[in-house]
Order: sequence, then C-alpha cells, then structure tokens
Amino acid sequence: MSGSAITMMIVGMVIIWGGLAASIYNVVRVSKKSS
Amino acid sequence: MDNNRQQWGSRYGFILAAVGSAVGLGNIWRFPAVAYENGGGAFFIPYLFALLTAGIPILIMEFTIGHKYRGSSPLSLFRMNKKAEWLGWWQVLIAFVISTYYSIIIAWAVKYTVYSFGTQWGKDPGGFLFGSVLKLADKPGEIGSLVPGILIPLIIVWGITLLVLYRGVSKGIEKLNRIFLPALVIMFTIIVIRALTLDGAVEGLNAFFKPNWDLILDGKVWVAAYGQIFFSLSIAFAIMITYSSYLPKKSDINNNAFITAFANSGFELLAGIGVFAALGFMAKQQGVAVDEVVSSGIGLAFVVFPSIINEFPGMNGFFGGLFFLSLVFAGMTSLISIVETYVAAVQEKFQISRTKAVLAGGLVASVISLLFATNGGLYLLDVVDYFINNFGITLAGLVEVVLVSWFFKELGGLQKHANDISDLRTGTWWKFCLSFITPLVLGYMMFDNIRQNLKENYESYPAELIMYAGVFVAIAVIIGGILLSVKRWKSSQM
Repeated sequence: MSGSAITMMIVGMVIIWGGLAASIYNVVRVSKKSS
Repeated sequence: MDNNRQQWGSRYGFILAAVGSAVGLGNIWRFPAVAYENGGGAFFIPYLFALLTAGIPILIMEFTIGHKYRGSSPLSLFRMNKKAEWLGWWQVLIAFVISTYYSIIIAWAVKYTVYSFGTQWGKDPGGFLFGSVLKLADKPGEIGSLVPGILIPLIIVWGITLLVLYRGVSKGIEKLNRIFLPALVIMFTIIVIRALTLDGAVEGLNAFFKPNWDLILDGKVWVAAYGQIFFSLSIAFAIMITYSSYLPKKSDINNNAFITAFANSGFELLAGIGVFAALGFMAKQQGVAVDEVVSSGIGLAFVVFPSIINEFPGMNGFFGGLFFLSLVFAGMTSLISIVETYVAAVQEKFQISRTKAVLAGGLVASVISLLFATNGGLYLLDVVDYFINNFGITLAGLVEVVLVSWFFKELGGLQKHANDISDLRTGTWWKFCLSFITPLVLGYMMFDNIRQNLKENYESYPAELIMYAGVFVAIAVIIGGILLSVKRWKSSQM
C-alpha cells in the first residue's frame, strides 16, 4: 500500500472508530459517576 | 400524553435498535463504491464533515422530537405543531413503500444463504441471478408473472418481521436487535479478516484508501458525501422519531445520537475494508486492475460476491453463507424499524390494538411486495427505489429541516429539551447546521436531482415505467400524507 493510502486508512479508523469508542466511554464514565 | 407507552428495556437496547436500523444493506453495498468513486481516502474529509454537520444534527433533532412528544412520527409532529402532521404521514408512507421492496431483497439474501452451500450459482453468477432466480423479463416495463421461488423466503422474512413487531418494543424489537446486531458484527468481522488474508487484498485496500485530492474541489463529491450520510442513517423517514418516542423520560439524547452515527459509520468503514480486500483478490485472480471489478448495489452482492466466493481457496460455502447471512441480519434489523413506523402510526391514529396494526400494515405491505417478485420486479424496484430515495426521503428531509428551523422555530425548544437530559450538550453549531448547512445541501441535491431527471430518464428506462413507478409513487405518498392528516386525533392524544 502507498504511504498516502496507509495514512488515510489510519486517519479514518482513528476518527470513526475512535469517535465511537469515545462516545461509548462517555456513557460508561457518566454512569459510573452517577452510581 | 400516553403514560402507558411501550418503552425500551434499557439504553443499550435502544442504541442497538437505532444502530440496527441504520446499519443495513447500503452500508455494505453502497458506501464502498461511493467512497471509491469520490476520491478514495480523500472522501473521508467530506464524509466526516457531512456526518458532523448534517447526519448527527438531524439525528439529534429527530431523537428529540420523538422523545419530547412521545408519539409516532405523525403524532409527534402534530404535537410539535398542528400544521406538521402531514409531514409525519408523508414520511410514514415513504417507509411503507420502502418496506415493500426491501423485504424482497432480504428474501433474495435468504435464498443465496442457502445457495452458498455448494456454490449453487455455478460459474456464471450473473446468468444464475437474472435467469434462474429472478427470471428477469426481457425489457423494463414488462411485469410478467410471479416468480414462485421467491415466495417461501418472502413469507419467512415477513413472518419474522411481523412476529417481532407483534411482541412489542422491548420483548420483540429490542430482543431481536440484541441478538442480530452483535452477531452481524461478529460474522462480518470474520469475513473481513478472511478477505484481508487473500492474495491481492492489499491492492484492493490501496485502491480504496488512496486519496485523490483533486476530487475534493468537485462539488459532486460533497453532494455524494451528504447523500451517503443521509441515506445511511435512517433519517427523514419516521424511524428515529418513532424509536426515540419509546425512550423513558430521563434519557440521554445527544450522546446516543453520536454513538448511533459513529457506529453506523464504523460498520461502513469495516464493510469498505472487507469489500475492497475481496475486490482486490478478484482483480488479482482475473489479472486486471481493481477499478475494472468495482461495483455496487445488487450486482455487487448477488453477482460479484458469488464470483469472488467461487475463487476462494477453501471453505467457499461457509464464507458465502456468512456473507449472505450478514445481508439478511443487516436487512432484517432495518426492515423491522421501517415497518414499526407505520404500525405505530396506524395504531395511534385509528386507535386499534398493536396486533391489528401489525396485521393490517404487514399484510398490505407483504401483498404489495409481491409486485417486486415478478419477472419485471427488479426494474420496478430500481425505479421505485430511486424515486422514493431522491424525491421522497431527500425532499421530506429538506422540508422537515426547513419547517422545524424556519417556520415552526422549534430548534431552541428542542435543543433545551435535549441538553437538559443529555450527558453532552450541543451548542450554537447544532442550530447553525440545521438552519443553514443542511437546508442548503439538501436544497442543492433536490435541484440537481430535478435537473438530471428532466434532462434524461433514470437509467434510460421507458417513460411509462418512470411515470407510474417513479413519479406517481413519489407524488402519491405526499398526497396520501395530506389526506391521512385530515382525520382528527382523539382529544386525549393532543
């Protein structure tokens, strides 16, 4: 794979899957705080 | 308002159902080709921009409308503003039309799951699909007769759908999504891992992710990104309003919307990786470049993928079965949400039991879906799908956003409602996106749709087919929406 393709693959994964992980983490964090 | 309204069993159950609704056939067979054709890796820029400025804001808006007004789409919109009910019915009728042909595609996927064992499609999957399975008519516009082979899978699809809906929100819809969605993710991940280990996969991934920065300056790429987000997230056709109306009073809205949107995009990204790894393998086998094998839609799923599975070095039947079963699971969780929109609407408007609403709505839709199980069904499906998406969902979404933002001036109230109960708070950007960015983009998309279709018929189909399956259907759902809003609600529902 070319360097630019690898870069965009990583960028896409980090933003989209990272965004999902961050929103789920926020739910867990808030529920722990309220309990 | 109804204090006995059905509710989701848990926040997790609602999120799974919302994600299950959003994740459908289009995530697997539309997104990869759209991304590839519109800049590859560079497409992530307009895609993410569209997600943050249209997808998530509209999702928050629809979640809030459903949660605040606690009714199906027509009832929630009526409670928001008495002049908005017709929009809710328009959206419900769009959903009704979509359910009639979406069920057929899932039925094909059921058949192909069985065909996978022994790769029964043989060496010519295209001939098998159009000849043996669909018995496709020679010309678009010819209906022909019913193709009997599709009846049993179609009965199974509608049978499961109606049974799940009969059981209700938490015991039916939530329970199904708790099983189907994790299973879908596991199955598809197995397929993706296998695809990544195939010879040629790296070339496929390179073709998918290599950025073509020149295309970023092309307006059509941004329109494609907004279109993909819009069609992928199950917004603007009553689903998210209906689903969120079953949330308990103290429920998060904003963070749920972020999770739903990112989960949907996350699955699309996974699908893109899997599809292009497989296409890279196929290109290598055939000794051609990846761009010569890229396809999308029904052709990708039922012709190209069987060809790819034929070339697998081993366990062809297993991986074929997994792929088509993934289509079935993705389709079913979406179909259930689509049908729920009109079950809920009819139940509330006509004050009938859920059982009667499921039977009435489901029976009518399943009988109409037989039209798409005829020799000419695929042509009919193609036209109806194109018009209901581009002149139904897109137009209804534009009207919804403009009415809520500019005519009913509800954004402030909706934002306060959502922010008061959510973990995350939205700021001015949310109102700005819904007031300006989304209407401008959707308005341009509508203008472009109209311009293109005035210039030439979609896929150069005969004018008669375009008129009765496209234009007539798109207009009928608007008129139907207006007519259904004439009947008054019971005073206790207002």
